Amino acid sequence: MATTAEKSKPFFTKNTKSHGEPFVWFTGMGLALGVLMIVSLLALIFVKGLQVFWPAKVAVYTLSETSDARIGSSEVLAGYKVMKQEKPVRDLNAADDHDHTELQLFIGNKEIYGQSFKFVDVADIESSSYPRELIRIERQEYGDAIGEARGLRFESGEYVPATHPEFRQRLHELVKEAAQRWQKIKKIEKGDIGVINRKMEKIRLKKKMLLNSGESFDSPRIEDLDDKTARLQRQYEILAAEAGVLRHHQTQDFLEYQAYTGEKKSLASGGIVDFYYPNQVSLFERAGLFLHRMGTFLTGEPREANTEGGVFPAIFGTFVMTVMMSAAVTPFGVLAAIYLREYAKQGLMVRAVRIAVNNLAGVPSIVFGVFGVGFFVYFVGASIDQLFFKDTLPTPTFGTGGILWASLTLALLTVPVVIVATEEALAAVPRGMREGSLACGASKWETIARIVLPASAPGILTGLILAMARGASEVAPLMLVGVVKLAPSLPIDGIAPFFHLERKFMHLGFHIYDLGFQSPDSEAAKPMVFATTLLLITLVVVLNLGAIFIREKLRKKYATGAF
Amino acid sequence: MEQTLEQEKNLSAPPPSRKMAGMQESEKAKPHSRIEQDRPVIRVQDYNFFYGTAQTLFNVNLTMFENKVTAIIGPSGCGKSTLLRNINRMNDLVDGISHKGDILIHGQSIYDPHLEVTELRKRIGMVFQKSNPFPKTIYENVVYSLRVAGINNRSVLDEAVESSLKAAALWDEVKDRLEDSALGLSGGQMQRLCIARAIANRPEILLMDEPCSALDPIATAKIEELIYQLKKDFTIVIVTHNMQQAARVSDFTAFFYMGKLIEIDETKKIFMSPSIKQTEEYITGRFG
Repeated sequence: MATTAEKSKPFFTKNTKSHGEPFVWFTGMGLALGVLMIVSLLALIFVKGLQVFWPAKVAVYTLSETSDARIGSSEVLAGYKVMKQEKPVRDLNAADDHDHTELQLFIGNKEIYGQSFKFVDVADIESSSYPRELIRIERQEYGDAIGEARGLRFESGEYVPATHPEFRQRLHELVKEAAQRWQKIKKIEKGDIGVINRKMEKIRLKKKMLLNSGESFDSPRIEDLDDKTARLQRQYEILAAEAGVLRHHQTQDFLEYQAYTGEKKSLASGGIVDFYYPNQVSLFERAGLFLHRMGTFLTGEPREANTEGGVFPAIFGTFVMTVMMSAAVTPFGVLAAIYLREYAKQGLMVRAVRIAVNNLAGVPSIVFGVFGVGFFVYFVGASIDQLFFKDTLPTPTFGTGGILWASLTLALLTVPVVIVATEEALAAVPRGMREGSLACGASKWETIARIVLPASAPGILTGLILAMARGASEVAPLMLVGVVKLAPSLPIDGIAPFFHLERKFMHLGFHIYDLGFQSPDSEAAKPMVFATTLLLITLVVVLNLGAIFIREKLRKKYATGAF
Repeated sequence: MEQTLEQEKNLSAPPPSRKMAGMQESEKAKPHSRIEQDRPVIRVQDYNFFYGTAQTLFNVNLTMFENKVTAIIGPSGCGKSTLLRNINRMNDLVDGISHKGDILIHGQSIYDPHLEVTELRKRIGMVFQKSNPFPKTIYENVVYSLRVAGINNRSVLDEAVESSLKAAALWDEVKDRLEDSALGLSGGQMQRLCIARAIANRPEILLMDEPCSALDPIATAKIEELIYQLKKDFTIVIVTHNMQQAARVSDFTAFFYMGKLIEIDETKKIFMSPSIKQTEEYITGRFG
């Protein structure tokens, strides 16, 4: 029986102040901030990186007489807008309604103007137009040229003026021919002559060895070697002459054009990489050009201190190095983790080792680079040279930075990540599964190899993914152990023994640093920095997606959902 | 391990006198009547077991016979699983264990330093409380112990898969999907798969550690039926919490309490007229 007093007392008190869970907002804000920062960074890189390849319209601006952006006495300037910004220093004498913005223009014609970029005050621009005849020429040297084509002067003396209906067709053929000749020259100089050089080097070493072992200069063996050298020398001369002829042809036909500021130029066909008319291509053609330029960037080799051309060697170097690093770090880290987790007696010692491993992940990467130089290059590499490449000394083979040492240095750098991830994965394998295996008469190692490792493979791959992400984007240690600004050849090619582990290589991360901070023309290199950054991020993402794909497959196979 | 040299010498000798210190508890256990006619397989002698300093088994003496089911019952923490897991030395995995006394199988000590523990385990199958199939195909689960023993002949393996799955009453349910993952089976099927795996390499002894505790009554009934079938070929030791199960499936029942063997006798006798009051109280549910 309830009394009236009990009845009037509510079962719960109503909370009139606040509803819900305020910390949802607080914690959500943390995430939102992080996501916002990452997304804006990626968006910036994405937009700026892709802009590089977009064939923008090029305008011709007429400048007012007072403009200090004028070149010589010319009142016009051709270029496309890179960006618009508030002027850093305001003109104090100007009226309040004066336009304080300026344009950064890409004007090209570096050999004429001395620089490819120019800042122009918006207030000084009287008019602008987009002449249809404007041609943009991508050149082997001095970056792009912008101007109006005048005509083609052939070796035969033939002259085709730009107004001729076949002009564009002829120019196109000329550029194509020149590109083919470059291919041939490259094949002769890098391929055939390279082979001869290697053969000669081999003979030279053999001769040196024979002489060292007491053979006299006129012994038949030495004479035989000399004969061979002479024969190779003759072959070389033939090839060199062939290449010389081709090179000569590259300089015989000329494209004549005139910059909008008045200078007349004539450019040999060998100097033209590509050309297009930015103000008369349709949107569809523009998209095609965009893809074409992107393709050239991805597959081409760098030119002009890396500020022009493609980055293929850097992509390839980054890729090969990351794969080699993964191949080195995985077995190393997994074995260490197996010992730590499965065999070692869990005690003070193991805990100390574990703490040390975790701390290793916090050591500045440059320290690893220094260690790589000291240990791998100067100690291991020099010893290898002493043992196997004694003939070529004092020129080092392995005793200098190379892709192998770079990979191993990065493997050391990332091994803590793999160890920690593997240990966690091993610990997550249910005890029941191990006992089941042991009860079947399996030894400890059989249990690890047949049951525990397969079941923890997805976790191990997670560690590898993290290690790859860290290793692929690391630059500082690489600068000490084998990265170069421009590598003459790729670490893997068609010449036996195919894998040249001692070679120096190019790397996208270093490429970014080099372009942005070591380049003679930092303005010209700026777009390339964005493009290369975008590429590096894409490469890391692609590598990670590959590992994630494998991990998901393994997860399906070894799903331990039953526990 | 605190095994003395003397004990090692006695490996094949007849069991030493049971009149040793601390025998009071096991002396209470009445000698079973029919035992002498059966062939003893496992003999536990004055067995003491320690986790670190905590003793979990006190002077256990008992014998298990060929082709019989011996059930071990008792309240939680009484040491029944510990004893079972010592028969195939599964407890070796635990740090800080030690024992006194001996366990003999066919007169041979399982602690013989010349004995490979993997060889011992190959002769003793084990089924765990929680089914623990490997993340492999059904086929590979069954042949695991054969593969470990180095048998890779396909026809031998096929033979073993069929006979073990049939013996585990699982063949009809899985024969068409042997290459599927074992993790897709139901709980009862998984446990029967584990039984098939445990018997695939034809061990002599089968240890079962509460094999039905995680199963529903239908799956339990199937496994109990299976145990009845399996005892024709195996000597079975089963640890169970379920008194009815012990009564149904076993020939002998051992009652443990606080690490001591209180009584062991024919199941019928234990359940109808136990000679010790503690046993009766436990069985009738008055304590434990």
